[in-house]
Amino acid sequence: MTIQEIIQPKNNVYGKTPVLTDTVMHYCPGCSHGTVHKLIAEVIDEMGIQDRTIGISPVGCAVFAYNYLHIDWQQAAHGRAPALATATKRLNPDKYVFTYQGDGDLASIGTAEIMHACNRGENIVVVFINNAIYGMTGGQMAPTTLIGQVTSTTPYGRTVELNGYPLRITELLAQLEGTCYVTRQSVHTPVAVRKAKRAIRKAFENSALKKGTSFVEVVGTCNSGWKQTPVEANNWMVEYMFPAYPPGDLKDR
Amino acid sequence: MAEKVLKKGNEVIALAAIRCGCDGYFGYPITPQSEVMETLMEEKPWETTGMVVLQAESETSSINMLYGGASCGKKVMTSSSSPGLSLMCEGLSYLAGAELPCLVVNVVRGGPGLGTIQPAQSDYFQATKGGGHGDYHLIVLAPSSVQEMNDFVELAFELAFKYRNPAMILADGIVGQMMEKVELSPQKPRWTDAEIQQISGSWATTGKTADRAMHVITSLALDAAVAERFNEKLIQKYNEIREKEVRFETIKCDDADYLLVAYGAMARICQETVEMARAAGLKVGLLRPVTLFPFPSAELQRLAPSLKGILSVELSAGQMVEDIRLAVEGRTPVKHYGRLGGMVPDPGQALEALKQLFSI
Amino acid sequence: MKEEIIIAGFGGQGVLSMGKILAYSGIMQDMEVTWMPSYGPEMRGGTANVTVVLSSDRISSPIVNRCDTAIILNQQSLDKFEAMVKPGGLLLYDPNGITQPPTRSDICICKIEAAEEAARIGNAKAYNMIVLGAYLKKRPVVQLDNVIRGLKKSIPERHHKLIPMNEQAIRRGMEAVIDVC
Repeated sequence: MTIQEIIQPKNNVYGKTPVLTDTVMHYCPGCSHGTVHKLIAEVIDEMGIQDRTIGISPVGCAVFAYNYLHIDWQQAAHGRAPALATATKRLNPDKYVFTYQGDGDLASIGTAEIMHACNRGENIVVVFINNAIYGMTGGQMAPTTLIGQVTSTTPYGRTVELNGYPLRITELLAQLEGTCYVTRQSVHTPVAVRKAKRAIRKAFENSALKKGTSFVEVVGTCNSGWKQTPVEANNWMVEYMFPAYPPGDLKDR
Repeated sequence: MAEKVLKKGNEVIALAAIRCGCDGYFGYPITPQSEVMETLMEEKPWETTGMVVLQAESETSSINMLYGGASCGKKVMTSSSSPGLSLMCEGLSYLAGAELPCLVVNVVRGGPGLGTIQPAQSDYFQATKGGGHGDYHLIVLAPSSVQEMNDFVELAFELAFKYRNPAMILADGIVGQMMEKVELSPQKPRWTDAEIQQISGSWATTGKTADRAMHVITSLALDAAVAERFNEKLIQKYNEIREKEVRFETIKCDDADYLLVAYGAMARICQETVEMARAAGLKVGLLRPVTLFPFPSAELQRLAPSLKGILSVELSAGQMVEDIRLAVEGRTPVKHYGRLGGMVPDPGQALEALKQLFSI
Repeated sequence: MKEEIIIAGFGGQGVLSMGKILAYSGIMQDMEVTWMPSYGPEMRGGTANVTVVLSSDRISSPIVNRCDTAIILNQQSLDKFEAMVKPGGLLLYDPNGITQPPTRSDICICKIEAAEEAARIGNAKAYNMIVLGAYLKKRPVVQLDNVIRGLKKSIPERHHKLIPMNEQAIRRGMEAVIDVC
């Protein structure tokens, strides 16, 4: 058997979903965003809902998410994505609407919007990337930054006296009547990636069932912001992030 | 002709919205305009036209709901009063930057800060000069009657979609709260999906189908050269609006020695002032800008040489007066008279001010 | 023809709705009308007032500095609005609770014991219609049948059974109004 005989479409066992564009991602090597983007693209592809999906990108590293998924996008002001999603979904009940937000966008400046969208039980999907730092602006403290964690605005480590506690927003949102599915995932191992994809798929399926808001947190790494190699960052995440933000389903109704 | 009913300006905004086929209203209660959402909730348009009405958690959220709805090519609106508008300024800048059509109604009350709930016109700068950040303009309509509160809802949507730009109805506590005889517009259906495709199909986020490229609604342009080109395109649009959409009303201007310039409720009061002045033998006319952006600068320029003076009468410390001065370029003296903080001058006080300021 | 009316009293006395019925009656008679309320905390028990303008021509200002008629239902409003009545104009007031009656001699002053009359017919809610009747007796700017049509327009259908009672109250007011000077 020659190489030419092997390289044939019928022998493909894995390929890039056409929902992903060919644009080279601007994310740093080792960043979790790219993996999560791919999972969302695959879910959209597998569900056959590309023409009915509207994504809302945030302010933060993922502001350019619209360059990477072949769907219609709205790019929101900082923190306001859930408000855009609310109106988009209510005015287009047959569409799949999701927001993609980081920890600064969702858990700091946009706290009111996410709380109320979830509390109203908007039939949307929220994908929340928690890497405990502001990536795009250069590594400042996020609401989810751990106690003792060094960032450019907590150069001696986050202290409770100065900055309060890491905000466990996902736990808060799970308390709300309007959320139907609240889960925390990660994408640092092949097993975790597969689980995260199942969670995202479930969230999208929920939105068609009008069960309320589905919220998928992905605990991710920001090795640039954390000033670590990708492998170090994955290990650091498991060692320090998981105790504060344990993976698993918080709510499944 | 349709039956005339007695309605408050705020109620009429709500009824006109339903009747012009508005798709969604998103708002937050604030005096003196809460009747807008109250009327909508009472009318339950979601059972008739299918219009969505939602009480948001804040004005910040309301305006961003407009961003979402407008991105889909839907006719969406909100209403608020001054402090609420300040919160919306961020969103307005983004809407203008993303070239999204929508309607924002400001029933102005006195400021600054929490201020008063009484009528004012002190948000003129905010409405016409931007309010939010960046080089942008809203299309601003200033109704001076309850009938215009009805008529301008449809007009505002028409202009907003024509130019892909947010439009504002800049009312005040008087026009919002007063009742007058009004002929409501006939009921129109909301746009169908096919009509939305026809009107906004080239840009709206209606779902990426196989036959077209993806649509992205954003105001982000990191590359300076790209951002400059985009700003120039916006300026071109504003210049076209300046050229084509100026609206105003003149009363007894032809032989006038003195010209009052007033908009909204203040223009109604000044109409009476003109009558009082004429009765006393003074040749006074009134120019009422109906659009505040674009401002009727050319008409003022035309009238200026034959005038002995212009008095801008505003419920503010002197905001529109700056645009008048820019328009007449020193051809005639321009003065300002205003009451502040929710106080409203009566027609006689405006006349006294005219006489005093121009030593008549 | 143009009639500028200020109605002023406590919130809860039906000041705003009396104005609204008057304005609607004007519409029934093909007049131009404006109704401009004081608004805000007054709605909840403080003083309330409304300016109604009825005119055969387009109305310019909904805000007036002088009025043809002032209908006054408490002392604070009397203190505030007596001076605004044009010479030769009408000041109609309910003496209930008035400690310092109006003093002007260049206007027509009338009183209506509306609180007392409302108690007599056993219907406190008819209070403002009694006052309206008294006003219409002195200033028949709108015809009674147009007032009834205006009533029908301004109150919800489910309350239409109360219209005969309101009409009776208006008639009672017409009878009970007293010229002071």
